[in-house]
Amino acid sequence: MDTTKPQSQRPAQRLNRKPEEDVGPPVVQIRNLWTRFGRTVVHQDLNLDIYGGEILSIVGGSGTGKTVLLRQMLGLERPSSGTVTVFGEDVSRADPQQLQRMRNHWGMLFQQGALYSALTVFENIALPLRELKVLPDDVIRDAVLLKMDMVGLGPGDANKMPSDLSGGMVKRAALARALALEPQLLFLDEPTAGLDPDLSDTFVELIQTLHSELHLTVVMVTHDLDTLFALSSRIAVLAEKHVIAVGPSCDVLRVKHPFINDFFLGPRGQRALEVLEERYARKEAED
Amino acid sequence: MPVAATANLFYTAAMRIENAPTLTVEHASAGTDQTVAVRGVWQVHALSQRGVAKGINKTLAALRGKQALAWDLSDIASLDHIGAQMLWNAWGKRRPAQLKLDPRQEELFTRIEKASHIELPRTRSSALQWIILLGAGVLSFFENLRGAITLVGQVIQDIGRFIRHPLGGPWREISANIYHSGFQALGITALVGFLIGIVLSYLSAQQLRTFGGDIYLVNILGMAVIRELGPLLAAILVAGRSGSSITAQLGVMRVTEELDAMLVMGISHGYRLIMPKVLALALAMPLLVVWTDAMALLGGMLAAKVELDLSLRYFIQKLPSAVPIVNYWIGLGKGIVFGMLIALVSCHFGLRIKPNTESLGRGTTTSVVTAITVVIMANAVFAIVFSGVGFF
Repeated sequence: MDTTKPQSQRPAQRLNRKPEEDVGPPVVQIRNLWTRFGRTVVHQDLNLDIYGGEILSIVGGSGTGKTVLLRQMLGLERPSSGTVTVFGEDVSRADPQQLQRMRNHWGMLFQQGALYSALTVFENIALPLRELKVLPDDVIRDAVLLKMDMVGLGPGDANKMPSDLSGGMVKRAALARALALEPQLLFLDEPTAGLDPDLSDTFVELIQTLHSELHLTVVMVTHDLDTLFALSSRIAVLAEKHVIAVGPSCDVLRVKHPFINDFFLGPRGQRALEVLEERYARKEAED
Repeated sequence: MPVAATANLFYTAAMRIENAPTLTVEHASAGTDQTVAVRGVWQVHALSQRGVAKGINKTLAALRGKQALAWDLSDIASLDHIGAQMLWNAWGKRRPAQLKLDPRQEELFTRIEKASHIELPRTRSSALQWIILLGAGVLSFFENLRGAITLVGQVIQDIGRFIRHPLGGPWREISANIYHSGFQALGITALVGFLIGIVLSYLSAQQLRTFGGDIYLVNILGMAVIRELGPLLAAILVAGRSGSSITAQLGVMRVTEELDAMLVMGISHGYRLIMPKVLALALAMPLLVVWTDAMALLGGMLAAKVELDLSLRYFIQKLPSAVPIVNYWIGLGKGIVFGMLIALVSCHFGLRIKPNTESLGRGTTTSVVTAITVVIMANAVFAIVFSGVGFF
């Protein structure tokens, strides 16, 4: 594969809209990112900005490297070339100390929760706080109980082991752990995958509440159209190895592209949109 | 429908602390109470900076319980739940009488106040805990025993089925297991056998020379290696190598629900996973015993050549008359039995692993320790049963 391929060969980005409000410099800035696995190119000259306070969803077909992109923002994987800047610092070039400091400012919710199976729910959430090694025990205990309360876990769940939890509770506990250090930036990998629709709705509401209460910036990878429309302030569509469109959902839907057509405007997408419009109408009627 | 994106980001302030959190006790004019002014960035990252938390904790502890204090939080640059929680705990978990707050901080303290009624449920521990533990240990022993007996019965049934329908048997699995636990163990058994042979030969030669019994080295070495050491060495190495890998493999299959997937498809664990391992080790172990014997004797011969100047030709010629052939058969029999025991023990513990990482680690350790212990116990049984066989 040739790195010096002229940029003009890349299909043009169809839409690039920033959030409407003035939100300052981007929190996450991805510039000219290339990812190759052997001979397959996953990302080709990809650019993306994520601004403070928004909920940005990354969508794309399977194998388009959504999760890889998320892992590159977290510094878990290095891009083949290009830069990923988080909080103004280059993730792939930061020294371990810098990276550690940045990691204390973001939280990640893994797809399967990734709770430590040898620790109880309480200990899982307390772990990042204990790792700081300076907080007194009573503050840690109260802070953990507060976080558990925020995500809707009762004190009775504190001493349970992760293997005794249901899927929804695992996600909640994992979210509480991701929020333990009061991050400004929260990464979610398929937050509602594996939850039933009811539970998934509750979880969406929970993330919405936490987002507005804690003034979070959320970056989310999802396949679930309901979650996507309900949560995102902007959507970034990954196709043809780069971001073909990024902007508010109503604008993204208007972009003419086969993937967008199939993904959003198929019967499933229509249904999700209808549900969403109904919900908004109901909300307006109530107000 | 853009979600409100009005949040401010404090990350520049929080990542490079210029505005460290401070507590200042201010003496106001006479007659009024003391005021504690809280300033700076009261966020967990700022508080956890080196040296900051210690001072703050100390000051907070000193102020704790003082009633007549006014708290002024209006100069705080930013506050998060952890910072607010630290203040809250210093206030004795209620609002002080005189408190100046920003409206934005109000929200934090309301939430903390609401959550402060939550109590962590106590874990009950009884004074008779040791009896409970003892009982649980005894019960778990019997449960293990029952499981082991079931497993043996299952394997016997599966072998019966295999003999009746040999063509449909799991040949591929057996062959793969022989390769993994037999062929791939050749290197390590050769190395260990060779070195033990040298050590044993060298040690015996030293003693024999003192009363001129040099030529009896062949008897000592041949007997020890072929009857005892060869099978035991091979078994211990295989228990460590293949035993742990069998347990870990079954354990991971439990964690990833592969075992359940097999059951759902109607593929029996016993027939496709356990029996092939038992048969493979029963076949591979005697071969490994022969190999280890040969390597240990080779090491012994070379050491004897160097130490006692005993020629290799003499050693080999003398061996058949020094060691009756029945010892060789006993060694091979031991190999078969040890191999089956190792496979059974490691399968037994592998199937009992629960789907979490800790159980996986503990299960593997228990499996290897038990397999080695069982092998040594079986060796003692062999020694007693065959005490009259194979000697002159």
